[in-house]
Amino acid sequence: MIEVENIVYNAGNKRLLDGVSFLAKPGEFLTIIGANGAGKSTLLKLLCKEIQASSGSIRIRNQAISRYTTEALAQFRSVLAQQTTLSMSFQVEELVMMGRYPHFENRPSEKDRAIVEQAMQETGITEFKNRTYQTLSGGEQQRVQLARALAQIYDQPGGILFLDEPTNGLDMLYQQQIMQLSRDLADRGFCVISVLHDINFAARYADKVLILKQGKIISFGAPQQVITCENIHAAFNIRVRLLQDEEFQCPLVVPTMELSNKI
Amino acid sequence: MKSHYTFILIALGVLLILAGILSVCMGAVEISLSELRSIIVYQLGWSDQMHFSSQQEAVFMRIRLPRIVLGGLVGAALGISGAALQGLFRNPLAEPGLIGISSGASLFAVLMIVMESRFLGFMSSLFGYYALGIAAFIGACLTTFIVYRVAVGKGKADITTLLLAGIAINALAGSFTGLLTSISTDDQLRNITFWSLGSLGGASWQTVWGVLPFVAFSLIGLPYFSKALNGLALGESQAGHMGIRVQRLKRMVVILATLGVGASVAVSGMIAFVGLVIPHILRMAFTPDHRLILPGSALLGGSVLILSDVISRTLAAPAELPIGIVTAIIGSPVFIYIILKERKKRVF
Repeated sequence: MIEVENIVYNAGNKRLLDGVSFLAKPGEFLTIIGANGAGKSTLLKLLCKEIQASSGSIRIRNQAISRYTTEALAQFRSVLAQQTTLSMSFQVEELVMMGRYPHFENRPSEKDRAIVEQAMQETGITEFKNRTYQTLSGGEQQRVQLARALAQIYDQPGGILFLDEPTNGLDMLYQQQIMQLSRDLADRGFCVISVLHDINFAARYADKVLILKQGKIISFGAPQQVITCENIHAAFNIRVRLLQDEEFQCPLVVPTMELSNKI
Repeated sequence: MKSHYTFILIALGVLLILAGILSVCMGAVEISLSELRSIIVYQLGWSDQMHFSSQQEAVFMRIRLPRIVLGGLVGAALGISGAALQGLFRNPLAEPGLIGISSGASLFAVLMIVMESRFLGFMSSLFGYYALGIAAFIGACLTTFIVYRVAVGKGKADITTLLLAGIAINALAGSFTGLLTSISTDDQLRNITFWSLGSLGGASWQTVWGVLPFVAFSLIGLPYFSKALNGLALGESQAGHMGIRVQRLKRMVVILATLGVGASVAVSGMIAFVGLVIPHILRMAFTPDHRLILPGSALLGGSVLILSDVISRTLAAPAELPIGIVTAIIGSPVFIYIILKERKKRVF
């Protein structure tokens, strides 16, 4: 359970987040969308305890985030960054094992090994577990990082996973795999919060969508309620059309060819 | 830890022992293996029989053994500190000199040599023969402290700033050293040159005991941060997300590396390349995992320095070559080989 209440974040004299409040429960997949500079990454950094809010409160599992130590948070919360450059060429298996670092002192237990094995299988990277990270393609690297993040919280009931634009630069298949995996995790009781750019992906897989604009929430709720022409226009300043699809409850967003500032 | 790590570390340990034995036996006074065995058995009180000359015993106990132990300690400190700093800077080119350890030590050492009795006379009267080493150690710690302070803002040490501050302070210390060198006499100049090329010639049990506690801090303390240094390879924020206290890691690695290397430089002068090349060799041969690289670099660094010392005192006997020359002559081609091999790996 993550409770965010009225947080404000100022960088210098610029207000990056302004009165953001929302609630994310275990078993929920929540996506954050918004234009560039809307404050999505800042919000995620606050949730990761990388930076501290100027005011307002963030509570995780009924305790203020400031009262957790770095180690304590790492026990049940993992983060997948947009991109990770590795300074040394670790083997894939060892890299995934790093996800278990918060859980063992010197030697990984049998359980840690089993979890690493499982995480690699679920992300489909078992076949290159002995390769070094640098020899992998961008999509494969991202899946290795996902496996690491997954291994970190795998055995934690109600664990929390933060994803920062996890599908960036990946082809359709990888995008779908990562989204499906996030969905599955939520269904298993994890709380998954992801910053996303693709509105249709967000609508298709997430339980809730949060739209940010200039540090404020424009809309927050189930995709059917949130994804409207007005909201999209307000957030991204583009004109869109919504197409209905009978199999899919939520409308599909398709950009029109008119630029909004000409209208 | 994986089981083959243990195997590799044992192999490196055996190498260290073999290097030690070789170093004991070679030199102006030769000691054969059976004589060596006899000396050890006699010294341990297991036998009263002496199958060796008293000269051999004296050379072994008072000259070679302390020199080997000192070489092992200095090499180990340089190796492990180099490995840890490369991990900390996330840069394979990092070495102990980068954060000011060497330049600070040499500035203070040169200050001692050139100013002799004038300013630092009281140091000599206090510490006698060890004044130079102690001054170098203080210099190493002081410059590193300044470099680190410059890089710390809002309680956080920024690695890029640390690197740049290191370069700036190194340049500053280097220019003061140059200034002192330019006003030194010919004799002093010779002293300075020899000091800056490094030597284990000053080895005695006293220097061994003096260095041991500081090097022990590095050798025992740094491996404790193996997992954290591995995590840091993913970047600072990612390491933080994995529960690694990055700020504490930076502070501790800098302190531990400075203690070990500072003490080493103080007794043996500047020994080039060991801290840079040794971790590379292990990383290329096996894995970048610090759980292997840190203890492995200590063992291999010790072996390499002991062997370099054998070369330095036998090649041009009875004269001694500065050991820094030997390590650089061996180290540079190895390093070039590594660079070329790394480049081949990155074909795309």
